[in-house]
Amino acid sequence: MNYFLSRARRHPSFIVGVFLCLCLGAAALVSFVWLSGVAFEVRMDQKLMLPSQQYWLGTDALGRDVALMLLAGSRSSIMVGIVAVGIGLGIGVLLGLWAAAAKGWTEEIIMRACDFSFAFPAILLAIMITAVWGPGMINAIIAIGIFNIPVFARITRASAQTIWSLDYVLAAGACGKGKFRITIDHVLPNIMAVLIVQATIQFALAILAEAALSYLGLGTQPPEPSWGRMLSDAQSLLFQAPRLAVFPGVAIALAVLGLNLMGDGLRDLLDPKMSRQR
Amino acid sequence: MSANNISLLRVNNLRVLVPTIAGNLQAVRGIDFNLNAGETLGLMGESGCGKSLTALALMGLLPQGSRASGEIWFQNQNLLQLNESQLCQLRGNRIAMIFQEPMTALNPVHTIGHQVAEPLRIHQQLSKRDALDRTAELLNRVGIDSSRHRIHAYPHQFSGGQRQRIMIAMALACSPDLLIADEPTTALDVTVAHKVLDLLHTLAEQNGMGLILISHDLGVMARHVQRIMVMYGGQIMEEGTTPSVLSRPAHPYTQGLMASRPHWNGQQSTYSSQSNSRPRLKNIPGQVPALHQMPLGCPFADRCTFAEYDCHRSLAPIRSLDQTHLMRCRKKV
Amino acid sequence: MSSPLVQLKQIHRRYPMPSTSLWTQPQALHALREVDLSITTGKNIAIVGESGSGKSTLARIIMALEKPDEGQVFFQGEDLHSLEPEQLRDRRQHFQMVFQDPYSSLDPRQRVETIVTEPLTGLDHITRSQRCDMAQEILSNVGLRSEDLQKYPHEFSGGQRQRIALARALITRPQLVVADEPLSALDVSVQAQMLNLMMDLQDLFGMTYLLISHDLAVVKHLCDDVCVMQKGQIVEQGSPHQLFTQPKHPCTQALVQAVTQ
Repeated sequence: MNYFLSRARRHPSFIVGVFLCLCLGAAALVSFVWLSGVAFEVRMDQKLMLPSQQYWLGTDALGRDVALMLLAGSRSSIMVGIVAVGIGLGIGVLLGLWAAAAKGWTEEIIMRACDFSFAFPAILLAIMITAVWGPGMINAIIAIGIFNIPVFARITRASAQTIWSLDYVLAAGACGKGKFRITIDHVLPNIMAVLIVQATIQFALAILAEAALSYLGLGTQPPEPSWGRMLSDAQSLLFQAPRLAVFPGVAIALAVLGLNLMGDGLRDLLDPKMSRQR
Repeated sequence: MSANNISLLRVNNLRVLVPTIAGNLQAVRGIDFNLNAGETLGLMGESGCGKSLTALALMGLLPQGSRASGEIWFQNQNLLQLNESQLCQLRGNRIAMIFQEPMTALNPVHTIGHQVAEPLRIHQQLSKRDALDRTAELLNRVGIDSSRHRIHAYPHQFSGGQRQRIMIAMALACSPDLLIADEPTTALDVTVAHKVLDLLHTLAEQNGMGLILISHDLGVMARHVQRIMVMYGGQIMEEGTTPSVLSRPAHPYTQGLMASRPHWNGQQSTYSSQSNSRPRLKNIPGQVPALHQMPLGCPFADRCTFAEYDCHRSLAPIRSLDQTHLMRCRKKV
Repeated sequence: MSSPLVQLKQIHRRYPMPSTSLWTQPQALHALREVDLSITTGKNIAIVGESGSGKSTLARIIMALEKPDEGQVFFQGEDLHSLEPEQLRDRRQHFQMVFQDPYSSLDPRQRVETIVTEPLTGLDHITRSQRCDMAQEILSNVGLRSEDLQKYPHEFSGGQRQRIALARALITRPQLVVADEPLSALDVSVQAQMLNLMMDLQDLFGMTYLLISHDLAVVKHLCDDVCVMQKGQIVEQGSPHQLFTQPKHPCTQALVQAVTQ
């Protein structure tokens, strides 16, 4: 662990990534604790004000405090990110491990099913689901979660296959361990690094997807704030008050950037240790 | 088996620093050696002794973060002072290297014809046609069927021994003056290994090429090199002609290595632990020290049965036992 | 004449090759054909041959890690593949294996204690503290210390890792240890230590070795009986002395010649 930290300190993009992610996390935490009940009061007399000491980022067309909206929006993004990636991880990893262990027809069926769902563009899939079941955060989470399943299944199977070909797995077989035990004891711990890195990348994509869905009106519904919907609301006022589009846009960009940098950094820091066998 | 007395390579005080958790440590700690044209030199040692790093330093191919110091004189140039583009002109052209793993040393997506022709196209600017002709010639020389059909085949269609021969063809394409072979036969079957080494040896003689053969295998050394250098802990411990070093090893480490090999014809130094059980092999106690645990003084002192007080304090100076046989040890011979 | 420890009868093993075209039947690689082999307790046996001769496949068949397409594998008189899975699992404590590559045969994410006690998983009657004691004991038998139990494989050298692998293979005091090129990946000076260790442990525990090796010198030193394999068949069999002084099959002759010149 110490070795990891000492190398982490020398990896600038990782540090930047972690910092941005911590900001994101802090924003969500703050908004859970401080802002949960606060209705975003519509104060028409204070609409479209420029950033000032009272309203740090100004107000929007309905007089709501943009800064507070951003903070609260992080809540939706993180929630969708965690649950959707959680669904993908949970089900996808199980499928991938099963495919790698069972091989033969089982593997073929699972992998072709994944290929099939890859054929659909993610957003289209999400739109289809929300069109059928109605808009809302829960359905957005389900849609994005479903898309994550084949991603994790594929990467799990590929990594698991490499592990299955190693001698220590053969040795475990010689000790009488069955495939299930070997998967739990040997395969899963050795592919964790890959899964963690992929999870951070998928988190970033989930945030983007949530913003896209909310922008289209299919994701988080009012009064729950969302960065995507802030963008959509700002569209009609683009020439009058461009800052209303810039602020949520920058927030989305920084969140995604932070997660990507952290994910890349983790990949650099975790992988060489794993492959530094000799 | 004549060697011209033209000096091809002169290495002075070569040191290689490698980055580790414990900071930059010397993996090669000041070695000197010479090589004449047409001569075969064997660099022998176990893992961690620095032999592969020495080879990489000669080629200027040290991994990121490692640095070499000292002098490497090759054809009146100090290789350590050349920049990357100057080195690129030498590599594959005047100095070539072949590696241990034939599986990964050839690019699986290019045909062997393409790969063997590559150095010819780069260094000699031959046209595609001429390069392919020369490739066919080279493959013939190394014993690979060079019909048009085979030239356009891919590496995975050949066996390990054949791939190693293809690598040799690639290395010899521009008729280099110096060839470095880093454990070229470790991954091959024993029968194939000797054929490949015989081939290397013959080609080296025919072209007057200097050959540095790196291996940990005493059998390989015995049959294929004229001079041996034994490395341990980043230093050269003993150096001399093959018959001299192998039949009259002077350094305790070399003696230990020779003694611990089970000889197939039954003559070995053994001792019986119990009357009716198999004889045990003599062996060198302990193990090679890790880079960050290198002792002061002679790196072998902790495992040496002849070590004296001074051996733990400082490295012994190099002594000549006769004209060609050198040793870095204080032990009386 | 006591019954043999291991007996292989008419073993065939084929691997399907990837089909080269949609229309033709895929070829099969005949890795083992008509292999008959007998291993007697107390007499170490070696399998030698070039790559592709089927040695490693044979090892896996003997270890019941693969099922032969035809033929039977008998261990101490029992046909291993006719046993119930539970029973087969129980029998595994009597035969264990040491692999060639010390870097891929130990799980990098497990501590030495977990690695070494893995063969004890099927044996429920052994308590936790007994496992601990057995681990400590076997580790000292192979020349490592009890502090090493809590370390990870990457903290050890190749030779030490191979000792850990040997400890794992011996913890259940098996009757047969299959060693697949156990010395090839080790340095010369460490090979001698390892070979001596293997012989000391044999004196201590009384198991029989099946050694797969290309190094005839090691074979001569350790084994009483040698089988030469080529392309999936045993082409010659005899004592090391016989084979090396009077090799009959061209394959054997080539091997001997490569070492002696």
